Amino acid sequence: MSLLRVEGLRKAYGDRLVLDDVALDIAAHDVVCLIGASGSGKSTLLRCLNLLEPVDDGSIWWDGAEITDPRIDPRAVRREIGMVFQAYNLFPHLTVLENCTLAQTLVHRVSKAAARDRARELLARFGLAAHADAHPDSLSGGQQQRVALVRALCTSPRLLLLDEITAALDPELVGEVLESVRAEAAAGMTMILATHEMAFAREVATTVCFLDGGRILEQGPPERIFGAPEQERTRQFLARVLG
Amino acid sequence: MTGPTATAAGWTPSERQLERQAVAARVRRRQRATAALITLVVFGGLALGAVSSPGWDRFADTFLDTGHMRAAFPEVRDAFWTNVKMFLIAEPLILLLGGLVAVTRSTVSPWLTPARILAVVYTDLFRGVPTILVVMVCAFGIPAMQLTGVTNSLFWLTLVALVLSYGAYVAEVIRAGIESVHPTQLASAQALALSRGQAMRHVVLPQALRRVVPPLMNDFVSLQKDTALISAVGVMEALRAASDYGNYNFDYSAYLVAAAFFLVVTVPLARLTDWLAARAARRERGR
Ligand SMILES: Nc1ncnc2c1ncn2[C@@H]1O[C@H](COP(=O)(O)OP(=O)(O)OP(=O)(O)O)[C@@H](O)[C@H]1O
Ligand SMILES: [Mg+2]
Repeated sequence: MSLLRVEGLRKAYGDRLVLDDVALDIAAHDVVCLIGASGSGKSTLLRCLNLLEPVDDGSIWWDGAEITDPRIDPRAVRREIGMVFQAYNLFPHLTVLENCTLAQTLVHRVSKAAARDRARELLARFGLAAHADAHPDSLSGGQQQRVALVRALCTSPRLLLLDEITAALDPELVGEVLESVRAEAAAGMTMILATHEMAFAREVATTVCFLDGGRILEQGPPERIFGAPEQERTRQFLARVLG
Repeated sequence: MTGPTATAAGWTPSERQLERQAVAARVRRRQRATAALITLVVFGGLALGAVSSPGWDRFADTFLDTGHMRAAFPEVRDAFWTNVKMFLIAEPLILLLGGLVAVTRSTVSPWLTPARILAVVYTDLFRGVPTILVVMVCAFGIPAMQLTGVTNSLFWLTLVALVLSYGAYVAEVIRAGIESVHPTQLASAQALALSRGQAMRHVVLPQALRRVVPPLMNDFVSLQKDTALISAVGVMEALRAASDYGNYNFDYSAYLVAAAFFLVVTVPLARLTDWLAARAARRERGR
């Protein structure tokens, strides 16, 4: 059974149509990569999935229940979906550790001690143990992005949404963040990630979706999308980004 | 995952660096001498200008009589205690009221619509009316209503006036702070499934308050001076004591004593503000 299903999703800002008739079907342990040009709607789609943006039309089902129903409490959905933003969005007034324990204690009612243990364990796994008591602004971009990843993972989400999490990083730092994502994928985490890292998408994705002008033009296993794309637009895009 | 870290210990500066440091020290000494000289010239000139003005002797007679200053000191000091008390009690109440009004205005729940309307009307009203008018209305208007159980003490009535008046300013300052926190902060709090209230309390408000500490302290320094407004309705406080002394003795030196008392509180308050702001900034950058 699918964990997340999207049908006929439509989203416009003013008279600018950003998502048009988008359909997706994601099962547990899938790693879905969204690729496409800047402005094709990848971030908007991700924000619609955890209800940060209201949709104009279409439906989203999470775990068999329609969450685009206005009577649903978005918090119940977000409890189970983690998100990492392109610009980290860590809380600057809190330490790294406090960033990672906030949702655990407030939302998931974990005890302070247990939350700290969980956060320290994950921080250590991502090579951040030494920075637990630092404030985010004193860390490098790659470190901050890994903290954001740990913050999202601390509450054991069933789905992780990653929005171009390496886009703001130096090439040297991209590697360390992708390494962390790769580890999560290998551990069986279900993920949807928007990315410009084609080599990475080809390596970790179970499904690749090519977005163009707010539509999913083509989706399939990475071998097919990268190896033998059916659409002319996909071929053009790949030729451009792969050089 | 972390590579070897370079250490800063065990460094001996190069020949060139020592030379640079010596030059920098020399330049610094010269700058300090210049600063001292120009300060002396400017302020010395100003003082000379004041002292050599035609009315200086009369001014010094009525405002700078040390004998009268000493005589007025105990009265002004005792009365100033009222200003300090007023300030100390009003300040936390103002923060509370201002914070509450600001947060109310940023809520979205339909249940809180009347509270939001009230908050808007309150800020518009009390920001638009001169504080002294609020003081008078509270001091004379409230007792005139003859409500049972409401105090007739002028101290408490004028305190309410100051809290209402300053609460409106502080509410607007805090609201500006709330709105200056980038919306992505709220978005990431919501993505973590925090409720709007939790996001406000734990993510937005702490950042907002930190940012508005300097303008808030500015309002509090101003409040400390404005405690003198309550003299308008006859509460005995520093300004009132000074003016009583002056009218009785035909000498205004007591006013300068009162001024000194206000400065003794407001100047350290201003320095404390700077220090708090600097510390908060350092912590957040905190290496
Ligand atoms: N809040 C908004 N208001 C108006 N227009 C918006 C808003 N957010 C996004 N858009 C528009 O929607 C379109 C899709 O934006 P989106 O951020 O989803 O693109 P993207 O695929 O993530 O691009 P990138 O690769 O540059 O991140 C863009 O044309 C953008 O201008
Ligand atoms: Mg984007």
